[in-house]
Amino acid sequence: MGTGFWAGIVIWLISLAMAIPFITQWWWMPDPITALGREIDRAFMWTLIGTGVIFILAQATLGYAAWKFGRRSGARARDMHGNNKLELIWTSAALVIFVALTLAGFSVWAEVRFIEQRAADPTPDRLVVEVTGQQFVWNMRYAGEDNKFGPVDFLQADDAGGNPVGVDRGHPDGADDIMVPEMRVPVNKEVELILKSKDVLHNFFVPELRIKLDTVPGLVGKLRFTPDTVGKYEIVCSELCGLGHYKMRSFLHVVSAEDYDAWLQEQAEFL
Amino acid sequence: MTEVELSPEVSEYTEVHRHPEPKGFIAKWIFSVDHKVIGIQYLLLALVAAFVGMGLSLLVRLRLVWPERSFGILGDLFPVGAPDGVMTPEFYLAMLTMHGTIMVFMVLTTAPQGGFGNYFLPIQIGAADMAFPRLNMLSFWTTFVSFSFLIAAFFVEGGAPMAGWTGYPPLSAVPEAAVQGIGQDLWVVSIAFFCIASLLAALNFIVTTLDLRAKGLTMMRLPLTVWTWFVTAILGLLAFGVLLAAGVLLLMDRNMGTSFFVPGGLVVSDKAIDHSGGSPILWQHLFWFFGHPEVYIAILPGMGVTSHLLATFARKQVYGYKAMVYAIAAIGILGFVVWGHHMFVSGMSPYSAFVFSVLTMCIGVPSAIKTFNWIGTLWGGQIRFTSPMLYSIGFVSLFVSGGLSGIFLGQPTIDLYFHDTYFVVAHFHLIMGVAAIFGMFAGVAFWFPKMFGRWMDEGLGKIHFWCTFIGVYAIFGPMHYLGMLPHPRRYAEFTGVDYLQTGSAGELHYFITIAAMFTITAQFLFLFNFVKSIFAGKPCTEANPWEATTLEWAIPSPPPHDNFGGKVPHIYRGSYDFSLPGAKRDFAMQCNKDEAVYGSAAGGD
Ligand code: HEM
Ligand SMILES: [Cu+2]
Ligand SMILES: [Cu+2]
Repeated sequence: MGTGFWAGIVIWLISLAMAIPFITQWWWMPDPITALGREIDRAFMWTLIGTGVIFILAQATLGYAAWKFGRRSGARARDMHGNNKLELIWTSAALVIFVALTLAGFSVWAEVRFIEQRAADPTPDRLVVEVTGQQFVWNMRYAGEDNKFGPVDFLQADDAGGNPVGVDRGHPDGADDIMVPEMRVPVNKEVELILKSKDVLHNFFVPELRIKLDTVPGLVGKLRFTPDTVGKYEIVCSELCGLGHYKMRSFLHVVSAEDYDAWLQEQAEFL
Repeated sequence: MTEVELSPEVSEYTEVHRHPEPKGFIAKWIFSVDHKVIGIQYLLLALVAAFVGMGLSLLVRLRLVWPERSFGILGDLFPVGAPDGVMTPEFYLAMLTMHGTIMVFMVLTTAPQGGFGNYFLPIQIGAADMAFPRLNMLSFWTTFVSFSFLIAAFFVEGGAPMAGWTGYPPLSAVPEAAVQGIGQDLWVVSIAFFCIASLLAALNFIVTTLDLRAKGLTMMRLPLTVWTWFVTAILGLLAFGVLLAAGVLLLMDRNMGTSFFVPGGLVVSDKAIDHSGGSPILWQHLFWFFGHPEVYIAILPGMGVTSHLLATFARKQVYGYKAMVYAIAAIGILGFVVWGHHMFVSGMSPYSAFVFSVLTMCIGVPSAIKTFNWIGTLWGGQIRFTSPMLYSIGFVSLFVSGGLSGIFLGQPTIDLYFHDTYFVVAHFHLIMGVAAIFGMFAGVAFWFPKMFGRWMDEGLGKIHFWCTFIGVYAIFGPMHYLGMLPHPRRYAEFTGVDYLQTGSAGELHYFITIAAMFTITAQFLFLFNFVKSIFAGKPCTEANPWEATTLEWAIPSPPPHDNFGGKVPHIYRGSYDFSLPGAKRDFAMQCNKDEAVYGSAAGGD
């Protein structure tokens, strides 16, 4: 057995080893908890199939070529210049698949990210939570009874005094704002996040929601989602923010409407 | 001056004036203006940098698996970063940042272009040297200064920077936000010098390719190696200027109170930061406007070498030569309009994601063309499985594996999940890191006999290939699965994340670290083979031991000072005339017009 034989075998085996965990879904994403998340998973699956077929085809042919076309004494290589037709078919097929996948994903993208841009909004009944990143914690703010956020001034922040973003407690809108380190939302209700940062870049990411967005100092980012499964999910920072980046996390608790109301009541009493 | 004996394959040549050989050690080997010496200087710099970068990756891997463990010597070397030998999280980030920066700039941007390009571009086009030899020397020494600044960052107070190789502000711009101080400044200065060096080099490459080609060497007869060096130089010319500007602005933000990248109202650890009006996203645009072309700067020369070697060792013409040229050009152009795919979740306008993602998918087309043609080149060949050929075949496999994960990341909806996870780390290591490095291994093994007049040990080369090929897949393959979990990148440890405790993230990490230790060890085989062969390799006295077709194989090994001894060969054919039908011999050199060589008449051999 020549080197070419082994090169072919090794390429095949490696490709197979790479592919099997994807086929058996051995290491996998956690189950999504939003309709959008499921759509994103579908986009992922189609991409996995498309690229998977190309992967196997390309690696298998490469391995086969190495195995098959080793040098034989006295023989001559074939005289081939190229094949424009085949080239055209293969590349346009690749282009069509890739672009189709991308276009198919656009509606989901629009739903996740086109928030300001959507003019009339039919569902005003939505829970708004403000998320402010800071080295290395997440601060969640709820508007409280009046549904209005009070003005903030980061300079007035008092981490120890329970006012990490400097809410103006004297202001009528700010008096009832609730600050908590973990997020709690009712199931099946649309949530809008307002993402901010006090210091450097961070990134709000909940794997089960399938969405993430940088929190950028000086900018306000927005995300929307409607969780449909009760549970406790982890929020992990996904943009390098300094030495504590690895431990900058929090939790998203999706609870029943009753539990949520009770919790809100309890928080309001603390004030 | 000694007469240079050209290979009898040269049918005709033009006499040009000769360049006197420099005298003295310094002029010859240190401040040399000879492109071949400069090429070797670049290669040696890259070799040193690669081993430093690899050592750093080992530290990264060790801390991920044993965050609490003490590594004795580290405590002596870095009493602050690793007190008692236990690496702190900030030390992890510093090592990671230096690993990425050294690998991308000092390895991937030096050896393929500055090293092999410098050495072989002039020879392959029939020139005695680069167009501007002094400028060439200046490029190398500026690069060297850049490298020195970067290394100095390890030893200053506060240690090396920890803002990642992408250096995103405000973390990189506001000293209060990070623990390092002057280390980050040195990092920026180093990058700025590197940009200047690369700009000068790019000019030199472009002018040389356009102006100094031998008679008969039209653009469409150029070896694909020359095409890739040429297009890489154009990319460098357009990209490095932008990074240079960004770097200067960042340095001013850090030291002169400007606010290009830092917005107002920042509060770091309850302390107000005195800046206003800047934009962190601006840096990202500038950085990635450079950064995406940069990944092609890293990989294009590897593609050229791969095409060249697959043809040479399969004894076949490059399949679809013209399509390959167009694909290289298309990659060059499209490479400049896709930078936004790194910024889908940065907070920039969500509209732009549409444009950037469709354009990103379009760049898959030239990549598909190249893959198709590489396999086409092998098809029906008479493959000689030398070690350079094995590296080239490995390149194709790695390019496919690394390229396809890009189709996930190029879609904004899917990038919502995978951005900044290990899936990305797996993707860019395979396609940019390891594939490019395989291109370098191939280049070294292929051109070694020409450069040094000696052979590398073929057996050792093959063992090194097998260990490395299997090793890198073992390292970077499982990182895709970590990305699925999803394991965020740039985490000094994963103990802070609950969902990574329950699954098998730990086992995957353990496996990867073992694979990395194995693969890193195997690189010493290469180092040993390289160094030993320079001094004690089997001598290679033939001009053309591989039976190749391009001009470097028509001159002695190693080449004399001015390459052709004032006799520039004429060119009569394309670069890859292998196995022409009815020919007596299975290759025809570019400089040989003798019909007999490839006709059925006698006298060919
Ligand atoms: C010995 C082989 C290598 C190993 C084991 C290795 C390992 C790693 C790991 C584990 C990370 C990510 C860690 C994290 O995100 O926390 C990383 C990051 C990186 N590596 Fe490598 N690597 C290797 C070779 C290379 C090569 C050849 C390149 C050249 C492109 C490279 C470029 C980078 C870059 C640019 C980063 C990102 C740094 C950052 O996040 O700022 N690596 N490497
Ligand atoms: Cu973070
Ligand atoms: Cu890119």
